[in-house]
Amino acid sequence: MTSVEKVPQDKITIEGLTGDAAIAHALKQSDVDVLAAYPITPQTIIVEDFQKFAADGEVQTRVIPVESEHSAMSACIGASAVGARVATASASAGLALMWEILYCAASMRMPIVFTVANRALSAPINIHNDHSDGMGMRDSGFIQLYCQSSQEAYDTTIMAFKLAEDHGVLLPVMVGIDGFILSHNVERVEMLPDDAVQKFLGVRVPVQPLDPKNPITMGPLALTDYYFEFKEQQDEAIWNVPKIYKQVEAEFKKMTGRSYGMFEEYKTKDAEIIILAMSTMGGTAKAVADVLREKGEKVGVIRLKMFRPFPAKEIAKAVSGAKAVMIFEKAMSFGAVTSPLAMEVKSALYDLEKKPMVVDFVVGLGGRDVPPTTFVEGYEKTKKYVEKGKAPLYETLGVRK
Amino acid sequence: MALDFAKGITEFRWHGRGGQGVVTSNQMLGKAALAEGNYIQAFPEFGPERTGAPVRAFLRISKKPIQVYAQVYSPDIVVCIDPTLLDVVNPSEGLKEDGTLVLNTTMTPDEVRAKYGFKGGKVVTVNATSIAMEILGRPFYNMPTMAAAVKASGVVKIETVIEEVQERYPGKVGDLNKAAMERAVEEAKIG
Repeated sequence: MTSVEKVPQDKITIEGLTGDAAIAHALKQSDVDVLAAYPITPQTIIVEDFQKFAADGEVQTRVIPVESEHSAMSACIGASAVGARVATASASAGLALMWEILYCAASMRMPIVFTVANRALSAPINIHNDHSDGMGMRDSGFIQLYCQSSQEAYDTTIMAFKLAEDHGVLLPVMVGIDGFILSHNVERVEMLPDDAVQKFLGVRVPVQPLDPKNPITMGPLALTDYYFEFKEQQDEAIWNVPKIYKQVEAEFKKMTGRSYGMFEEYKTKDAEIIILAMSTMGGTAKAVADVLREKGEKVGVIRLKMFRPFPAKEIAKAVSGAKAVMIFEKAMSFGAVTSPLAMEVKSALYDLEKKPMVVDFVVGLGGRDVPPTTFVEGYEKTKKYVEKGKAPLYETLGVRK
Repeated sequence: MALDFAKGITEFRWHGRGGQGVVTSNQMLGKAALAEGNYIQAFPEFGPERTGAPVRAFLRISKKPIQVYAQVYSPDIVVCIDPTLLDVVNPSEGLKEDGTLVLNTTMTPDEVRAKYGFKGGKVVTVNATSIAMEILGRPFYNMPTMAAAVKASGVVKIETVIEEVQERYPGKVGDLNKAAMERAVEEAKIG
């Protein structure tokens, strides 16, 4: 690890940036060699802003304006294979078109940073936020980090390169922000000086790059003989993430004073009901907890940032003292036992002797606003379920029936 | 009793039509608040941008980091920059009892109160359309309406907002907007 120092306050630039713009600035400062992307709402500003940096000569990046997202991720893999630092951005249908290649990126161990402004999937066409795209790619082998604020989006994008490129990991990372809710929301962002980011990240050191002078073949064919061994190694690699992530965050904290953890715990110590949510909903949940605490309710919040790998043991420990975990999530898994986030949490709790009840609410699909009052509605229901000792496997809130 | 999820936060809601600069004014006021050391959230009511369609935008200003991510339902200040919307939407909807209603209109504050039955708080009226036509020669009335809102709300100094506008529009356009904003501050009627 390189030695980083605390960046003095007078070297920090404070700007009002949307989530998208914050990511674009982070990509610029991360000295990306290749960015291949195809525009799609609501991530468009990321690529637009970055193209402007490239056109103005502010970055040395080769920007490849490809003809589809399938090609975007393919070009990223090619560039990453020769040892370049590589990034792309997408959302929703664009992310879905990358599907086949997402698996290749992870299996070929390409440390690509993939920023996503999470958006609903068709049909009907909807440009607004939910987590269907992110949950859809959950088994692709990407690390997944979901952010609450523009500041966190900026910080996480920078850290994502260091995490991805670490030789103990070598996996692609998805950095998710809520489409429109954060991607188009101007917030206060503290930006680091370029040299601090460059010192923090260094130059990528590839393990086994493509090189015409020393030709090798990557990811061609492995049948019954070796395929399974590749998967075994990939599985091992993703479970190295928590350890390396902690190291990366510790170093980033030395430089900035900021860190986020795999998840954030808020007023959970004596909480009887813990609200568990990701991204911007995790923020709203904290504001709700503040108000309910004033009324004497013992409520806390876990804002989950790392969905892949899922910090199962840590989550189980964090909620083990509560009566119930109330999940707010923005995706459905049609025909499944429950919804994606609740499935993870329930599995994580299975081995606990004394388990909190898990109550799952699906909210905000297609960008339906999730105001604090919806959390209060969920909270009141959860209290009733705790009294009865029984809750539905999942239910929706904020929808006309 | 209604729960207050926005303690210590000043919340704005803007009304206008696509293309009139609602989103831009909202962001500029937000950035001025940021320059004065505040935390902000400035975001539009999201949707495919359509010129002429009613649009809304929201702004939160706070001394502390803002955690709530949802639309603004009980604003402290409502600003409507387009006089033709006043018969289409009720700008006082959801406005706090002690809130401030800022309209680009030829109506007087009393007439506005009578029209919407808004009894509390403050009503601020400014004929931003005529100011814009006189000074800018075109109906860019978002900046003078914003100036009236800044005067009435007092959360940000008008000088900071003007600086922000001049930074974004350097040269003549910025100077003319400055003149229009100063004129709006003078002419705005509070009642």
